[in-house]
Amino acid sequence: MENTVLKIDSFSAYFGDNKILKEVDLTVPRNVVAALMGPSGCGKTTLIRCVNRMHELIPGATVSGKMTLIDEDIYAMQPIVLRRKVGMVFQKPNPFPTMSIYENVIAGYKLNGIRMAKPELDSIVERSLRRSALWDEVKDALHRKGTFLSGGQQQRLCIARALAMNPEILLLDEPTSALDPKSTSQIEELFVELKRNVTMLLVTHNIAQAARVSDLTAFIYLGELVEFGPTEKMFTVPKDKRTEEYLTGKFG
Amino acid sequence: MIGGDVRGRLIKDIFFKGIVCLFAFLSLLPLFLILYYITKNGIMVIDWDFLFNLPRPIGEAGGGVWNAIVGTLMLIVLSSVISIPFGITAGIYLSENKAGKLSNTIRLSVIVLQGTPSIVIGIIAYLWIVAPLQTFSALAGGVALSIMMLPVIVKTTEETLKLIPYHLKEASLALGVPYYKTILKVILPSGLSGILTGILLSVARITGETAPLLFTAFGNQFMNINIFKPIDSLPYRIFYYAMSPYPEWHSFAWGASFILVVLTLALNLIARGISAKWKTRF
Repeated sequence: MENTVLKIDSFSAYFGDNKILKEVDLTVPRNVVAALMGPSGCGKTTLIRCVNRMHELIPGATVSGKMTLIDEDIYAMQPIVLRRKVGMVFQKPNPFPTMSIYENVIAGYKLNGIRMAKPELDSIVERSLRRSALWDEVKDALHRKGTFLSGGQQQRLCIARALAMNPEILLLDEPTSALDPKSTSQIEELFVELKRNVTMLLVTHNIAQAARVSDLTAFIYLGELVEFGPTEKMFTVPKDKRTEEYLTGKFG
Repeated sequence: MIGGDVRGRLIKDIFFKGIVCLFAFLSLLPLFLILYYITKNGIMVIDWDFLFNLPRPIGEAGGGVWNAIVGTLMLIVLSSVISIPFGITAGIYLSENKAGKLSNTIRLSVIVLQGTPSIVIGIIAYLWIVAPLQTFSALAGGVALSIMMLPVIVKTTEETLKLIPYHLKEASLALGVPYYKTILKVILPSGLSGILTGILLSVARITGETAPLLFTAFGNQFMNINIFKPIDSLPYRIFYYAMSPYPEWHSFAWGASFILVVLTLALNLIARGISAKWKTRF
């Protein structure tokens, strides 16, 4: 059990009376990429937004069921404490426009008022940018604004910003859907590299991406977790008929 | 090749274009005429003595507007100090709570306040500050002007913050940054240029206000920097000089008008510069 990072137990999410997620059970072990795939509107994004409790920011949003991060009940924690342990990368790259590349990476510390000596910050910045494979491209421009970077670089900057906080798990909400194919493949390679010491939960509507990147795949359809298992197995011998139909492009 | 019908349309077209150009030009005319007259009559008056001397009593030649310049600057500072915190906070509230009873009430009040005659605001400030303190004061003038600044600041803050993408706020919240710090350290700095522009425009708007000062700041021919005493201001000094029967004082009114117009023009230009240059790229 120590190897389990995230455990989701008969978890449901609602917008008002509308049940978006229906009793989802999911266990994510350490240092893997787990992909959530499914057609648009199936609830996969809602599911990862429940993990860092961003879901509840929308008026009328409620949840039931249980989620645990390592050994802590996510819904018993203070959201701001939880969110420092759970990194998130969004669909659209969103570096802070008023901050330099350097400041963006340490934004989690700076904005939270965590004070540190300059050399320590320097090393966090370098390490995080190296981990997100951006260091070589920006090491001479650390004090330029992050928004001058290309879309793919901006997204890797956002990944560095999340990694800088040493999260227990990294949530990736369709992180390449706004990027060109080259940036997409760079970021996919990055995920494969990162999973040696980071656990990732990746939402994607791109079946091929789930196949390329993930170790485990969950197929979600109409708010229901249809199937969850090793990616290779699911893509070759899906257990559920709906999974098979989705993978072969019959819907979605 | 061109038939009569088409030619008729072309002529109408040219006629219409001509009318549009003419009226566009005519609408520029008043501004240029104002600038022309004020510059022509005012600029010769401006010299060191005029800028840095106090008004002299009737019968004595010379004198200037130094106390009025200082008074106007003090009124600007006072009214800004009062209105900026309220205005920005209300603007944040409106952009954060787009719907809701309170938001709608605030929005409506802002519109009504913007349309309230300035003399009425002066009377209110008289009731609130002048009557209890039993003296005209710079403070009363500052309060009156701050009420006039408020709608502009609230509106521009709201409009600016509404344009900031929601995903920036999400980025900050997802890092575990508390809501208030997200607003103060991420959202506000991203909208800084727009908010500053709004503040400068509201200052430009109140710099020339006379009516609300008549029974609040009142006017003062001596130098005063005590906010609990009556204080002079450029618009009031213009009024005072212009109403006098002396030709020299009339020219002083032109001179003071010139300073006032240059000041408001400069504020507007700076505001434009800030909004163009410091604009945040998302």
